[in-house]
Amino acid sequence: MIEVKDLHKAFGAVKAVDGVTFAARDGQITGLLGPNGAGKTTTLRMLYTLMKPDRGQVLVDGIDAAVDPLAVRRRLGVLPDARGLYKRLTARENIDYFARLQGLPEDELRTRREALVTALDMADIADRRTEGFSQGQRVKTAIARALIHDPRNVILDEPTNGLDVMATRALREFMRNLKAEGRCVLFSSHIMQEVGALCDRIVVIARGRVVADATPDELRAQTGESNLEEAFVKLIGSDEGLAA
Amino acid sequence: MNTPTMTPVRRARAILTVFLKEVRENLRDRRTLTSAFLTGPLLTPLMFMLLINFTINRELDKAEQPLKVPVIGAQYAPNLINALKEGGVVPQPPVADPEQAVRDQQIDLALRIRSSYPEAWRKGEPVQVELIYDSSQRDSHTPVDRVTDLIENYARMQGAMRLVARGLSPATAVPVVVAKRDQATPQSRAVLLFNILPYLFVLTLFIGGMYLAIDLTAGERERQSLEPLFANPVPRWKIFLGKLAAICAFSSASLVICLVGFSVVGRFVPTEKLGMELHMGPSFALHVLLLQAPMIVLLASLQSLVAAFAKSYREAQTYVSLLMMLPILPSVVLMVMPIKPQDWMYSVPLLGQHLGILDLVRGSGVSPLHLALCLGGSAVAAVIAAGITMQLYRSERLAISG
Repeated sequence: MIEVKDLHKAFGAVKAVDGVTFAARDGQITGLLGPNGAGKTTTLRMLYTLMKPDRGQVLVDGIDAAVDPLAVRRRLGVLPDARGLYKRLTARENIDYFARLQGLPEDELRTRREALVTALDMADIADRRTEGFSQGQRVKTAIARALIHDPRNVILDEPTNGLDVMATRALREFMRNLKAEGRCVLFSSHIMQEVGALCDRIVVIARGRVVADATPDELRAQTGESNLEEAFVKLIGSDEGLAA
Repeated sequence: MNTPTMTPVRRARAILTVFLKEVRENLRDRRTLTSAFLTGPLLTPLMFMLLINFTINRELDKAEQPLKVPVIGAQYAPNLINALKEGGVVPQPPVADPEQAVRDQQIDLALRIRSSYPEAWRKGEPVQVELIYDSSQRDSHTPVDRVTDLIENYARMQGAMRLVARGLSPATAVPVVVAKRDQATPQSRAVLLFNILPYLFVLTLFIGGMYLAIDLTAGERERQSLEPLFANPVPRWKIFLGKLAAICAFSSASLVICLVGFSVVGRFVPTEKLGMELHMGPSFALHVLLLQAPMIVLLASLQSLVAAFAKSYREAQTYVSLLMMLPILPSVVLMVMPIKPQDWMYSVPLLGQHLGILDLVRGSGVSPLHLALCLGGSAVAAVIAAGITMQLYRSERLAISG
């Protein structure tokens, strides 16, 4: 369970996030939809405590991020916007590094890692150095290392960015499995179709503010549009920076 | 899906985890390996040996080899010329314009004997011979001194013979004699040549850790892996300490290889030709390592600090290269102003190591007080530098790539 209350963050005179409030519940996929530059990445960065909000509160499973950031990070699995791997290490070594930083005992580490390697269908690349990996192979490795400690809450920043059709489909299936396991899945996207197909709840962000927070059906009803795409354009005020 | 409970024992492993990963990853990088363990530490002893050999042989050559000197008016003073020949001078045919030839560096020096020489000699009047040279030419000093000494010796001998011929003791003409008692030991003479050693050691440390320091801060950010790393439940200061330890491990290894190199190379320096002694054995190496221990941490922190400031890998390389000028300062300062070492100077980082290593080379050893000052002063500086870098690691800006 991730709760965000009245978050503010400014860089100089630019208000990147200007009063964002929403909640992402366990056993649900929550989509953060907005055009490029709407403040999605900044909001997520405050969630996983990379940045401190100027104002507002972040609660993860009831723990205040400002009070105990380490406990919050322990409960989160994060695929950030920056997903660089260590190219001189193999995929397995990359995963192991994060597992040890999470404090996983070695036997638990092996079990979890092999389960993820199977679930993400990456057995054939697991012992290769990550230099020269395709975008899809990189994302798989980055997700595996983000989930190695079995976190209850999963944050994915534009996870399908740069993936081909097959890899995107596989990733969406993987996210549905995370939901089925009862986890809280929060992901950001600027692709409307993706959000519409996956989410139980959609939070629409534009210019640093939440302009809608509802189920896909409610959104259609709210805007009076039968088509989600039209509903989004109406909410955001323009179709700039969005992708179908 | 149970949240792992963290025991204190497990958390303490974070620093070790970061350290081991950085070491392993960089051991797989050929460029880092070459510069830290091959070119960096071995180039300096090799260069040093070549330089020292060249200097020693050149000095020795000058003293022993026949010295060719153009002489104008050699026919006026055959006895003087004979005395010079006995001293190893080979008179050459006169040149037309010796002043110009010296200025043009065609010759080092020339000797001119006026045609009035025989006349004045017969009358027993003082005669003058002229040495034409250019003191701004470093090369001319030794030959000029040699010829001057030979002529003055000849003059003293002739003067003594004249006194004896007049029934006087030659001693009456020499009321005061200067007896030079040089207190320099062979080792202390060596110090002049080995002034550059402390700088070479610091340089080796610097190069040994340089690539890592850049790679682990600016490099990691540029490759976009710093943000996911910081998403782990490990305080940033622990991540920094792990990285710092990895940098120190590489630069220390570099210094150890360098010291082994010096102990091998030291055997090939022809110090016995100059009557010098060199102490570069295991004891010397261990003392240098001890003196440099805080310096290892200080340099690694400074390199990380400078690299963390940079926006990109390339920018970091530029800044760190500029930082490389820093260790040369004590050597330059001491060369320009040869000041007497005071106790407090040992507590200044870099300067303290410089003086301490010179003490070791001199063979006198570092006194416990100086050792304590040197280690203490540099350790304080290292802790401050590490603290500042740690603060920088906590800033939001550091993690964001682009």
